[in-house]
Amino acid sequence: MGRKSFALPYVVWMIGFTIIPLAMIVFYGLTDNTGAFTLANVAEVMTAEHARALWLSVGLSVVSTLICLVLAYPLAMILKGISRNQNSLIVFIFILPMWMNSLLRTMAWQTILSNQGVLNAVLSFLGLPTVRIINTAGAIIFGMVYDFMPFMVLPIYNVLIKIGQDKVDAARDLGANGFQTFVRVIFPMSMPGVVSGITMVFVPAMTTFVISNLLGGGKILLIGNVIEQAFTSGSNWHLGSGLSLVLMVFIFISMAVLAKYDPEGSNVI
Amino acid sequence: MKNIIKKIYLILMLFYLYAPILVLIVLSFNEARSRVVWGGFSLKWYADLFRNQMVLDALKTTLVIAFSSALAATVLGTLACLGINRMRRFPRTVVMGINNIPMMNADIVTGIALMLCFMAFGVTLSLQTVLLAHITFNVPYVILSVMPKLKQLEGGAYEAALDLGASPVYAFFRVVMPDLMPGILSGFLMAFTMSLDDFVITHFTTGAGVNTLSTLIYSEVRRGIKPTLYALSALMFISVLVLLILINVRPQKKEMID
Repeated sequence: MGRKSFALPYVVWMIGFTIIPLAMIVFYGLTDNTGAFTLANVAEVMTAEHARALWLSVGLSVVSTLICLVLAYPLAMILKGISRNQNSLIVFIFILPMWMNSLLRTMAWQTILSNQGVLNAVLSFLGLPTVRIINTAGAIIFGMVYDFMPFMVLPIYNVLIKIGQDKVDAARDLGANGFQTFVRVIFPMSMPGVVSGITMVFVPAMTTFVISNLLGGGKILLIGNVIEQAFTSGSNWHLGSGLSLVLMVFIFISMAVLAKYDPEGSNVI
Repeated sequence: MKNIIKKIYLILMLFYLYAPILVLIVLSFNEARSRVVWGGFSLKWYADLFRNQMVLDALKTTLVIAFSSALAATVLGTLACLGINRMRRFPRTVVMGINNIPMMNADIVTGIALMLCFMAFGVTLSLQTVLLAHITFNVPYVILSVMPKLKQLEGGAYEAALDLGASPVYAFFRVVMPDLMPGILSGFLMAFTMSLDDFVITHFTTGAGVNTLSTLIYSEVRRGIKPTLYALSALMFISVLVLLILINVRPQKKEMID
C-alpha cells in the first residue's frame, strides 16, 4: 500500500525546514558582516573565555550523562520486571512530568536546593550539616540529571523488554550465575539502548543555557549561554553561528555513533 | 530482600522525578509570593488565574500551537511513513537520517537555524513561525511511533482487501488504519507533549508579543514568577493525571469482563 510519493511533502518539508536552516548556520558561521569568507567566528572558540565555557559544558555533561546512566539502568531493569502491560506504565511515569512546564520544574529545584531551601531544612532537622549547592556546578549537574533522565531510561527500557526470557534462561541453563548472565548476556544486548540514551542525554546537557541560567545563578557560563547571548543581547549572529558550528561537531559525532548502533533511531522513544 | 531493595529504589526514583512537581503544587497554595517562605494556605493564585489575561493568552497560544503542530505533524509523518516504507534501502536510509536530525540536534542549534532562515527569507517572526518550527521537530516523533507499527503489519491483508474488490482508499482506511492507530495516537500524544514543553526553539522563533507559557515563565524569572503560573501548571498536571488514570483503568476492567 502507499506510494513513494506519499513521502514527498515531508521530504520537501525537511529540505525547507531542516537542511536549508542548517546551511544558513554554516553560511553565517563562515562569513563576516560584509559577507566575506572568514574562519574568525569559529576561531573565537579558542579565546580563553569561550574555551572555558566549552570545556565546562563538556565536563558537566559527561558527568551528568554518567550519573544518568548509573541511575537509569537499574530503574529500566526494575520497570521491565513489573510492567506486563508494556508501554502504558512507562509512558505514565515519564511523560506525565512533562505536562508540568520544564522551566517551572527546574525552578522548583531552586527552591529545594537553595541555602534556606527544602533540602537544607530536612538536613538540619535530621541534625546533619547543611549544604551550599545552589549556584554551583553541582546544582547544574543536578538539574541536567533531572531534566534528561527520561531520555536515558526510555531507550534502555525499550531495548531490555525486547530481550527474550529464553536468552536469560539459556544462559542460566548453561551454568551462568545471575551476575554472569547480566555481564555477558543482558548488558551487551542492551548496548544499542545505552548508546541511544547516552547521546540523547549528552547533546541536550552539553548545549543547555536554561539550566545553567536557572540553577547556576547566571554566574556560570556554559557554551549554550555564550551562544544565546550572542543572538539575544549581543546580536552578533556571525559569532553565535560560528560557535554553533563548533557545537555541531560534537552533535555530529554523537549522531554518527548512534547511527552505528541504531540506524533508524528505533530505540529512542 | 532483593524485591524490597527494588521497591525502595523505584520509590526513591519516583520521588526524585516528582519532588519538584510536589513543591510547585504546594507553592501554588502559598499565600506569600516567596518561593522559600510559607505564608499560609490560600486559593488566591487560582482566583487570579482566571482574571490574568496575560496568562490566559499564553495558555491559549500554547494549546493552539501544541494541537495544530501535533495534528499537522501526525498527518505529514504518517503519510511519510507509508512512502518511506516503499523506498529502496539507500533513499530510505538518507530520509530516516535527515528525519533524525531535528530530534538529535541540540534545541539551541535547531532554534537558531530556523530563526536565521526565517529572517534571511524576510519572514517576520510570529505565531506562524513558531508553528512551523514545532511541526518540524514534532514529525520525527510521529515517524518513530508509526514506523514500527507499519513494519508489524501482516503483509497480505491489504492485498486481500483489494482482491475482494475494495478500492485502495477504502482498503487503507478499513484494513491498514486500525492497525496503525495505536502508533498514530502515541505519535500525536508525544508530539503534543513535546510541543507543550518546548522552550528553547520557541524562544528563538517567536515574535514580539507572542508568548507561550514557557516564554512567559522565562521572561518572568528575573522579576520573580507569579504563583499564578504554578496554579495553572498544577491544574494542567492534575487534569492530565486524571485523564491518564481513566484511560489506563478502563481497558483493565474490560479484560476482567472478558
